[in-house]
Amino acid sequence: MIILSFLCLFFFYILIINATHSHAELQRGFYALPGTSFLKNFNSVANNGEFPMMRGVLNSLIVSGSCAAICTYFSALTAYGIYAYDFKLKKVAFTFIMMILVMPTQVTAMGFLRLITKMGMYDSLLPLIIPSIASPAVFYFMYSYLESSLPLSLVEAARIDGSWEFRTFNQIVLPIMKPAMAVQAIFTFVGSWNNYFVPALVIQSKDKMTVPILIALLRGADYMNRDMGKIYMMILPAIVPIILVYLLLSKYIIAGVTLGGVKG
Amino acid sequence: MFVQKKRKLVNYAKWGYIFILPFFASFFIFSFIPLVDTIRYSFYEYFRSGIKEIGPNFIGMKNYASLLQSDMLKYAGNTLILWVIGFIPQIVIALTLASWFVDVRMKIRCQQFFKVVIYLPNLIMASAFAMLFFTLFSKTGPVNSILMSLGVISEVIDFMRTALGVRSLIGTMNFLMWFGNTTIMLMAAIMGISPDIFEASEIDGCNSVQRFFRITLPLIRPILAYTLITSIIGGLQMFDVPQILTNGQGNPDRTSMTLIMFLNSHLRSKNYGMAGALSVYLFIVSGILCFIVYKMTNDNDPDGSKAAARANKKRGGR
Repeated sequence: MIILSFLCLFFFYILIINATHSHAELQRGFYALPGTSFLKNFNSVANNGEFPMMRGVLNSLIVSGSCAAICTYFSALTAYGIYAYDFKLKKVAFTFIMMILVMPTQVTAMGFLRLITKMGMYDSLLPLIIPSIASPAVFYFMYSYLESSLPLSLVEAARIDGSWEFRTFNQIVLPIMKPAMAVQAIFTFVGSWNNYFVPALVIQSKDKMTVPILIALLRGADYMNRDMGKIYMMILPAIVPIILVYLLLSKYIIAGVTLGGVKG
Repeated sequence: MFVQKKRKLVNYAKWGYIFILPFFASFFIFSFIPLVDTIRYSFYEYFRSGIKEIGPNFIGMKNYASLLQSDMLKYAGNTLILWVIGFIPQIVIALTLASWFVDVRMKIRCQQFFKVVIYLPNLIMASAFAMLFFTLFSKTGPVNSILMSLGVISEVIDFMRTALGVRSLIGTMNFLMWFGNTTIMLMAAIMGISPDIFEASEIDGCNSVQRFFRITLPLIRPILAYTLITSIIGGLQMFDVPQILTNGQGNPDRTSMTLIMFLNSHLRSKNYGMAGALSVYLFIVSGILCFIVYKMTNDNDPDGSKAAARANKKRGGR
C-alpha cells in the first residue's frame, strides 16, 4: 500500500521538480531536488504566444466556474420541483432522468456539433456551459439529499407566511442544501476543468482554448525540439490548482465519492 | 374551504412544472435533438471531400454495413483490451486494500491520509496526466534515465514504439486514476456489512482468507457488479488518455485506437454519415448497459443491490 501511495505521488513529484529545472539540466539526467529555474520557466510559458496558457487557464476557470454554478443551481431546482410538488408527470420525469443517468455524451456529439453550428455558437464558450443545466447525476444527488434533510412542513410554513414559491426555494431550501451543493459544485468544476472531448470539437480559435486542448496541442507540436522545463511548466497549471483545492476540501470530497458515485 | 384548497393544489403543481422546466428544456435541446439528428444522418451518405460537400443522400443501412467491414471491430477489441488491462489490477488491488482498511485488527494508521492520496489521481486532468506520462516515459525522459542509472536496463526503452508499451502505459494510467475511487466504494460496501456476521464467523473458527472469500465477497457482490458495469461504460468512453498519449494516431499500427477516438476522427473530417452510424452502435451498447444499471439501482432487486446501495450511501453521508 505504501508502494501504491508512493506511485500516486511520485509522478506529481517529478512533475513539480522538473518544472524547476532548465532544459539543459534536464537533458543531463534526473534530479531529486528542486532546481532554480522555476521563475525562468514560468516567464517563458507566460509570454509564449503559441500556447496561450494563461489565457487557457482563464478560459477554463470561466467555463468550469459557470458550469459548477448553473449546474448545481438548476439541479437543485429540478430536484426540489420533483420532490416538493405533486403533479401528473412527476413519476415519468423522475424515471426519465434515472434512465439517462449514465448515458455517455459522446453518442450525441455529432448532432450536438451540427446544432450549435446552426445556432451560431460554434467556436464559443457558451455550448460548453449551457448544457450542464441538465446533469442527471447531480440531480440524483440533490434529490436524495432533499429526501433526507428537507421536511415538507418547512415549505408549508413558508407558504402560510405568504412566501412566493420561488422565494421559498431561494431563501429557505437553498441554504439547507448548501452542503450538497458544495460537494457537487466541486465535482462539476473538476469534471468540466478536465473535459476534453467536447471542447476539442467545439473550440477552434486559440484565444478561446481551454487547458486540455492546449495540452493536446502541445502533444501534437514538434516535441523533441522543445524546452523540456517549459513542457513540465505547462502541465503544471493543468494539475496543480485541482490538487490544491482537493487537499483543502478532501474531507468533503471523499465523503461525496460514495454518495454520488453509487449512482454514477 | 375545500374548494379553495383544491384550487391551491393545482396552483402548486404548476410550480412543479416550472421548476423542472429548465432541466428538460436544456436536455431536449442539447441532448435529445442532437441524438435524433445523429440517428437520422446515420442513414445518409454525407461527408466532405476537400471543400465539396457530398450528400446528404439517403442510403439506408449502408453506413452500418461499411462500418462493420472497416476497422471498427478491431478498435472495439482495442478498447476492450485497454479496459481489461486497467480493470483487472484495479479491482484486485481495490478489493485487497478495501478489506485491509476495514479489517478491525489491522488498525492502519493515517487511514484518512491514504484515502486522500489514492483518490488524488482521479481528479487529475486525464489529458495532462497522459501528457505527463508521455514526457516521463519518452526516450529521453526521467524514467529511462532512472532505470539506466540503476543499471536495470542497458539501453533506452522506447515505450511509444511497441504495442505492448503503449497499451500497458494506458492501462497503468487508467488503473492509477480509478483504483482509489473503486477502493473507497468497496470500503463503504464492506463497512455496510453487519459486524455480527464477522464475529459469528470468527467464533466458528474462520480464518481471514476464508472470511474474505466466503463472507465479504458474496455480501458485496451487488456493489461489485455495479462497479463492473459503470467501469465498462467508462471504458467504452475511453478517449482522453490514448488520444493525447498517441496524438490521436493510435500508434503503433493503430493498436491503441479506441472507439471514441475513431468517432472523433470521423467528426473531425466531417464524415457525418459514418460518425452517425458509429454513434448509433455506441448508443445501443451503452443503452443496454444503462438499462442494467437502471434496473439494479431502481427495482426492488432480488439480489439486494438497492439495499446495498442505500447502506453505502448512508456510510458515505456520515
